[in-house]
Amino acid sequence: MAPPAQSQRSPSPSQPSGVLIMVNSKSEVSDLKLQLRQLAGSRAPGVDDSKRELFKKVISYMTIGIDVSSLFGEMVMCSATSDIVLKKMCYLYVGNYAKVNPDLALLTINFLQRDCRDEDPMIRGLALRSLCSLRVANLVEYLVGPLGSGLKDSNSYVRMVAVMGVLKLYHISASTCIDADFPSILKHLMLHDSDTQVVANCLSALQEIWSAEASTSEEASREREALISKPVIYYLLNRIKEFSEWAQCLVLELVTKYVPSDSSEIFDIMNLLEDRLQHANGAVVLATIRVFLQLTLSMTDVHQQVYERIKAPLLTLVSSGSPEQSYAVLSHLHLLVMRAPYVFSSDYKHFYCQYNEPSYVKRLKLEMLTAVANESNTYEIVTELCEYAANVDIPIARESIRAVGKIALQQYDVNAIVDRLLQFLEMEKDYVTAEALVLVKDLLRKYPQWSHDCIAVVGNISSKNVQEPKAKAALIWMLGEYSQDMQDAPYVLESLVENWDEEHSAEVRLHLLTAVMKCFFKRPPETQSALGAALAAGIADFHQDVHDRALFYYRILRYNVSVAERVVNPPKQAVSVFADTQSSEIKDRIFDEFNSLSVLYQKVTTSFSQPFVLLCVTQIIKESRLTDIHKYLQPSYMFTDKEHRGPLEFADELGNLSIGEAANNVVPTQMVEENDKDLLLTTSEKEETKGSRNNGSAYIVPYDGSSTSVFASQTQIESAVSNPTLAGHSPQASFAIDDLLGLGIPAAPAVPSPPQLKLNTKAALDPSTFQQKWRQLPVALSQEISVSPQGVAALTAPQALLRHMQSHSIHCIASGGQSPNFKFFFFAQKFEESSNYLVECVINTSSAKAQVKIKADDQNTSQDFSTLFESALSKFGTS
Amino acid sequence: MISQFFVLSQRGDNIVFRDYRGEVAKGSAEIFFRKVKFWKEDGQEEAPPVFNVDGVNYFHVKVVGLLFVATTRVNVSPSLVLELLQRIARVIKDYLGVLSEDSLRKNFVLVYELLDEVIDFGYVQTTSTEVLKSYVFNEPIVVDAARLQPLGPAAIFMQGTKRMPGTAVTKSVVANEPGGRKREEIFVDIIEKISVTFSSSGYILTSEIDGTIQMKSYLSGNPEIRLALNEDLSIGRGGGTIYDYRSSSGSGAVILDDCNFHESVRLDSFDMDRTLSLVPPDGEFPVMNYRMTQEFKPPFRINCLIEEAGQLKAEVIIKVRAEFPSNITANTIAVQMPLPKYTTRASFELEPGAVGQRTDFKEANKKLEWGLKKIVGGSEHTLRAKLTFSQESHANLTKEAGPVSMTFTIPMYNVSRLQVKYLQIAKKSSSYNPYRWVRYVTQANSYVARI
Repeated sequence: MAPPAQSQRSPSPSQPSGVLIMVNSKSEVSDLKLQLRQLAGSRAPGVDDSKRELFKKVISYMTIGIDVSSLFGEMVMCSATSDIVLKKMCYLYVGNYAKVNPDLALLTINFLQRDCRDEDPMIRGLALRSLCSLRVANLVEYLVGPLGSGLKDSNSYVRMVAVMGVLKLYHISASTCIDADFPSILKHLMLHDSDTQVVANCLSALQEIWSAEASTSEEASREREALISKPVIYYLLNRIKEFSEWAQCLVLELVTKYVPSDSSEIFDIMNLLEDRLQHANGAVVLATIRVFLQLTLSMTDVHQQVYERIKAPLLTLVSSGSPEQSYAVLSHLHLLVMRAPYVFSSDYKHFYCQYNEPSYVKRLKLEMLTAVANESNTYEIVTELCEYAANVDIPIARESIRAVGKIALQQYDVNAIVDRLLQFLEMEKDYVTAEALVLVKDLLRKYPQWSHDCIAVVGNISSKNVQEPKAKAALIWMLGEYSQDMQDAPYVLESLVENWDEEHSAEVRLHLLTAVMKCFFKRPPETQSALGAALAAGIADFHQDVHDRALFYYRILRYNVSVAERVVNPPKQAVSVFADTQSSEIKDRIFDEFNSLSVLYQKVTTSFSQPFVLLCVTQIIKESRLTDIHKYLQPSYMFTDKEHRGPLEFADELGNLSIGEAANNVVPTQMVEENDKDLLLTTSEKEETKGSRNNGSAYIVPYDGSSTSVFASQTQIESAVSNPTLAGHSPQASFAIDDLLGLGIPAAPAVPSPPQLKLNTKAALDPSTFQQKWRQLPVALSQEISVSPQGVAALTAPQALLRHMQSHSIHCIASGGQSPNFKFFFFAQKFEESSNYLVECVINTSSAKAQVKIKADDQNTSQDFSTLFESALSKFGTS
Repeated sequence: MISQFFVLSQRGDNIVFRDYRGEVAKGSAEIFFRKVKFWKEDGQEEAPPVFNVDGVNYFHVKVVGLLFVATTRVNVSPSLVLELLQRIARVIKDYLGVLSEDSLRKNFVLVYELLDEVIDFGYVQTTSTEVLKSYVFNEPIVVDAARLQPLGPAAIFMQGTKRMPGTAVTKSVVANEPGGRKREEIFVDIIEKISVTFSSSGYILTSEIDGTIQMKSYLSGNPEIRLALNEDLSIGRGGGTIYDYRSSSGSGAVILDDCNFHESVRLDSFDMDRTLSLVPPDGEFPVMNYRMTQEFKPPFRINCLIEEAGQLKAEVIIKVRAEFPSNITANTIAVQMPLPKYTTRASFELEPGAVGQRTDFKEANKKLEWGLKKIVGGSEHTLRAKLTFSQESHANLTKEAGPVSMTFTIPMYNVSRLQVKYLQIAKKSSSYNPYRWVRYVTQANSYVARI
């Protein structure tokens, strides 16, 4: 090709300067048209070179988006040539514009068909590809012949192209493709062709065609099933190394769907594929890992070994390759770490952030560090995180501080961490102080025993230096909660009240109201004037919630001050568990979609809407010969899509659609508006939602009438007061009010009858096995059981319950805590079987509730076991 | 399965645009570019490589300042698409010799030719430079590598990667030499990227080597090649074995944590004599990637001191000591250190007789930068900086500044001691003696000293 001697005239295609071209494009295009016309009939020597230059120009215009479709006729005329480079450019052009010029496209059919019979296989292939890429529905009749011979061509390149051609034909006109019986030819080719790329293309095409057909044709759905039958899978697996790396991914994806008949088959497949884990292509490795994980799902021990085996290859992939590639791998590693933190807890150093990593990588790493933190590595991890807190990248610095907080909340021993958090407060950086305040607040809610140390430091922080609403609210909460320990709390609050009008955040004003109330109950003379001012300002507030709350406080104070105190400032219990933002069910479903975008987005696809969409499409195709069917063929993997109405609306009617997290998440929308971290999933909430509350929200924090979930608690208490019958449904919430309303303690729940499950009285399990199992097994059941008043009375020390449960063949492996919170780990074994049940039971004696989490080897019987457990527990203290 | 592929320049111009399935609207390139340029989600300023806008998934990788993008509506394997994009960039580079905006614009017809064969109807057909040769008929217009524009003001800090041997070979796999005959040669580069974090007391907190054996072959007739590595090389599985070996590491054994290999590599005798045999395909490819956390001697020691020097003043002293042999020279060294936010001025004092050094205080992000053209093994360099503050610092200065980070390239040096003992080319002719280039280079990935 002629080197740089580009045409001297106006903008050369190689350096298009946008503006100029736009101005000149019209005249340029007509100029080109003229020149092409001149060359069309010419047979002069060197004419091909001139054509090449012109074609190049046309293509370059096409690329930058200038419409050169008006040249169609001339381009086709010029394409009568033997020059393959010219041909290729012409094919590219025709493919681009045939769709908008269906009439002109007919012109090309002739020469394309002729080229399909050329003696050069290269030209046959290229012509066939172009022919199938025209995407013009009324030309499909011309495709069938060339495709048929293409599939039988002696050259593998032509066959490869022809197979994809069949798929293209299917998308232009499904009925033509099916009527010509192409799918069965593809099936034959797939099982017999010597060229692996032909085989791979057949597989792709058939998967697409049969999936689309499956909804209307039983035969197609059988055929689709047949793809994952043993003979096909084995045939493909045995040749896997002959396939290109990309085709290997395709095969591996298919294998994921295959269900082996027994474990020896599973091991055979894994042995065969093991060296794929050493492949340099991350896509191959991840596809292999998915196969391994899927195959061993039901084999706990092997599944465990798989985790160990894939660790090193994953880490290698993360550190080789471009940042983008490592991000994709890291996201998968992240998923695995979140699923099985203990497997990775010794590799925590790999999750340290490097200063030059993009923030999306750092973010993932911080989450992983939080997840893998355990007794042995917490010190190192927290030390490392503290380094990031001074990071120049402020969002990451914030995340790091939050990570420290999360670790503190999940550890039993928080001694050292509290010190670090308090050091943050002394760093005198606004954002560090802000984040740390929020954390200290959460920490105090879980570990009230640290209040002395924390309050001393918090007391030194001037509220003037805290501007962020979240942090300010946290500080005010602490001022209210610990006003007896903080010398100047009433005065700080008072000055905050004085600046009421300057406070823009309603959240902060709400907190301020509550804090002043609490302070008032603890130090009345000093707070009285502030309280008056706060209530007056609150009632005059334009914000509805603030107004309502102020009014409510005002009225309840007038009604009875001691009632007000019980409502606003009841004795607190420590929060045992903060709500997790993502349900484990979603996590499981994302895990099922390993090696897909779901992992990166951390969202589930609406996978089952796909067949339905395709069904619609098939109908559309049948009803009208829509040339533009492609846009209906988008399987709706939409995560955030609001515009894509078509298929989604249909799917909505199905009634079982769940897009993204909204429908899957048990958390109602009101809750999402608040900071998730501030939400308490308290013991009673799940039960309560079932109760008579008609607003249907699950955001009640019954015993904490003042903290962050204030909206909820307010309405809760209000209704409890106004409607005493409600109190029975939320015994815990109304504990303080019970006496007042003369209801007495609610009756103990009816004792359920024990089911037909027999437990082994002499069950044995060593602690390490227990630990291992506890980590591996999913939670089968999680519920809350009421403990009888007698039980509460008997539970002065953990040992009392141990003996009792043992008499019901439920053995304790670990216990701890002191009044009012006790925590137990129990286990039991099925009689004459080695099937285990594991239980975590947290009993709170002041609320008379037990939080029970059950995990079981045999999930089917976990319900029976749960009933048994409940019945055993309910007898505690009575016998 | 992808729907579209396109390459955008830094300014967002379409250089190449190919629509394979017609499922995604034509304006996708514009939507994509705007999204990436003004990314502001979840408080991040950098768009992740994969995101979704209105049901369309966009994948992108950045190569030499260009954006290689793919779109799709289906839930594909992200790894596959990102790997593919990277591979397409590599294939294009193999053909054009140099990958740049200029070379792409000059050769876009050839690039379209390639793209047509690499992907058909959204499905990958082949990414093998070798296989593609028989389908591609355009000849590349080779762009002069020397004329390459530096990539903006950050160039000094990027040269490290740009100068990487292996990418320094800018010969197209198809273009003919001016002399008409091709030179028979093969390049093997052992490239190691090292990450080290020093604690404030100089103790090594973490260290890792990420290495690649990169190969680029211009041998005709595809002869088989045998590549012999250290005989005492071992690949540790699980922490246990590593520790066992570490105790005896005095013997100099090289222990890799893990490694992976290119398709073409056969490991038949690897377990026995640590040789890899392969028939190298055309073009550039990694023979082997490896990862190592075994202890190694870091090439540089960094000492940094920051202390108050009177009111509103402080002094910073950074010392860099090269701990490799004196016959080795590191080049393009850049040291960076974030200074306290309230720093207004920094005046620098280099050691007497310093050559090829430059210093800068970046007002905008309050960073100190110190560039050195080269550092000879065994030498030590010091930088003193006097800082002026706009406000008094209350807290500990060390919490307000740092950490010190460093980038460098050390040719002919590798920290892991992994070696290519010999490179054997199986061709039965005594006169056949192609050029064999085996080169080593060590680069900083994340080299950080806390203060």
